[in-house]
Amino acid sequence: MIIPLLSAGIFCSLYAFKNNPSAGRQHRPPKTDADNAGLKLPSGFGALVAADSIGKARHIVVTKEGNLYVKLAKPVKEKGIIYLQDKNGDGRMDEQSGFGNYGGTGLYLKDGVLYASSNDEVFSYQLNEKNEVLDQHNPAKLISKLKKGRQHDTKSIVLDNSGNIYVNIGAYSNSCQQKDRTPGSPGIKGCPILDSAGGIWQFKANKLNQSYGDGIRYATGIRNVVGLDWNQQNNTLFVMQHGRDQLNGLWPDLYDEKRSALLPAECLYMIKKGDNAGWPYVYYDQYQKKNIQAPEYGGDGKKEGSKEYINPALAFPGHLAPNGLLFYTGNQFPEKYRNGAFIAFHGSWNRTPEKQEGFYVVFAPFKDGMPTGEWEIFADGFAGTDQVMSPRDAKHRPCGLAQGPDGSLYVTDDVKGTVYRILYNGK
Amino acid sequence: MKKFLLTILFILPLALFVQAQKSGKAISSPAAARDQLLEGKKVYSKFCASCHQLDGGGVPNLNPPLSKTIYVLGDKSRLIRIILNGSNESLEIDGETYSNPMPQLDILKDQEIADVLTYIRNSFGNKAAAVTAPEVKALRSKKK
Repeated sequence: MIIPLLSAGIFCSLYAFKNNPSAGRQHRPPKTDADNAGLKLPSGFGALVAADSIGKARHIVVTKEGNLYVKLAKPVKEKGIIYLQDKNGDGRMDEQSGFGNYGGTGLYLKDGVLYASSNDEVFSYQLNEKNEVLDQHNPAKLISKLKKGRQHDTKSIVLDNSGNIYVNIGAYSNSCQQKDRTPGSPGIKGCPILDSAGGIWQFKANKLNQSYGDGIRYATGIRNVVGLDWNQQNNTLFVMQHGRDQLNGLWPDLYDEKRSALLPAECLYMIKKGDNAGWPYVYYDQYQKKNIQAPEYGGDGKKEGSKEYINPALAFPGHLAPNGLLFYTGNQFPEKYRNGAFIAFHGSWNRTPEKQEGFYVVFAPFKDGMPTGEWEIFADGFAGTDQVMSPRDAKHRPCGLAQGPDGSLYVTDDVKGTVYRILYNGK
Repeated sequence: MKKFLLTILFILPLALFVQAQKSGKAISSPAAARDQLLEGKKVYSKFCASCHQLDGGGVPNLNPPLSKTIYVLGDKSRLIRIILNGSNESLEIDGETYSNPMPQLDILKDQEIADVLTYIRNSFGNKAAAVTAPEVKALRSKKK
């Protein structure tokens, strides 16, 4: 009885091996799903579901072995970072484990170290030569006691090439009104939030137990950032700001619903040390192409803001909620994508009564480290419906982006916890 | 002429009564000649819909839903106070938390608050007793 079972077992293994020649290796690209995982992509591209139902998947990194770490907004079974392995090389993750009992958004991998954030701390985990975490229970605490309000509390992270880590600290307010989000309430003079939030802070990537006193406010006047990346071409930080909400709801005499659905722009900023993007005093109007004084600070929708504030490198329609930014440095996609930016838009809520927009991944080509000014929708269909009136209608919402060792693009979704992998298989 | 006026005086209240019956839905008082749900919807569209959405579904993680929650269907006084005072406390519904603050909307008149609360208590799958202007007034004066 044992022998036939054993032979059957060996036969099955051989059969499986025969039908899966890439097992354990990544030489051949995996087959994409027949329906491209429900996504609409440019011709020549395909997609597959690499993982599903893992929790509220936020930012993601891919190791050189092709395994994934994904940060969850909320831990599932006390695991806030999910580790996914593709043992047989078919592109679908077949082994899942996890660690880190804290929710958060930020995740970054550089030089054998995994960096992860809760909503008020940043940790680092040493990795072994296979990019596996050595001690899941005792990460080094790099930064703590960061300001965490109820709004915009997530901390995204990225490293430069000089040993620094950058952390966004979101403003816990819409527009620094005396009474937040209250119609007609004026802005607080010298907005006090900016001392400890509403900007990007720089810390040392290898120093323990840092807080505000150890870091520097690298850039200010940035309301909230979720998507950010380091541009290797010009060695500079780029961030995507979530612009202010409710111009019509708070100032109905100055903005009608249509204008309020489009304004202000969601801005891609190239950030240099000391920059000020002007929140809450100004917002960027993509039609007038300038910073406009906020109505909370004496603006009327036309008055131009102070020239001390920087302009965006690229401006998108309002409220689309950019949650992921990735500069593509791979070779798999056609040449035009090289060094350009992918941006994952989580999708709007603040366009009512107009239909909601976003819920897609955009591509913006770059030349010599700067955007050319064009952009296009690259991957759409995450919402699973043609029209999203209310954000709850969206079945999936794109959030994090990462590039695989083979140049594939990974996109997370924080509604159902799907991880998409997009490949180019055209000629 | 006198007879005509008398007829009008007789028919007009009757017509108003019938109209109220037709459109009042959950509102039982025949005296509610004005359509409280319709008035409430106008206030909702202007002050509430951008955050809580036209379908009352709210926005995941940000703005709480209004359908079938204890906050909307439960104690009227608590609901009225949320409008009069605003709220910036952590809020959990069905295991989900919501982070945006509720602004203080005491700029609304007693009747507007009564209308909009009656509207949300009888929309989005909800069914609960109407809120009246005197109920709002009583809580507003207590606050001062």
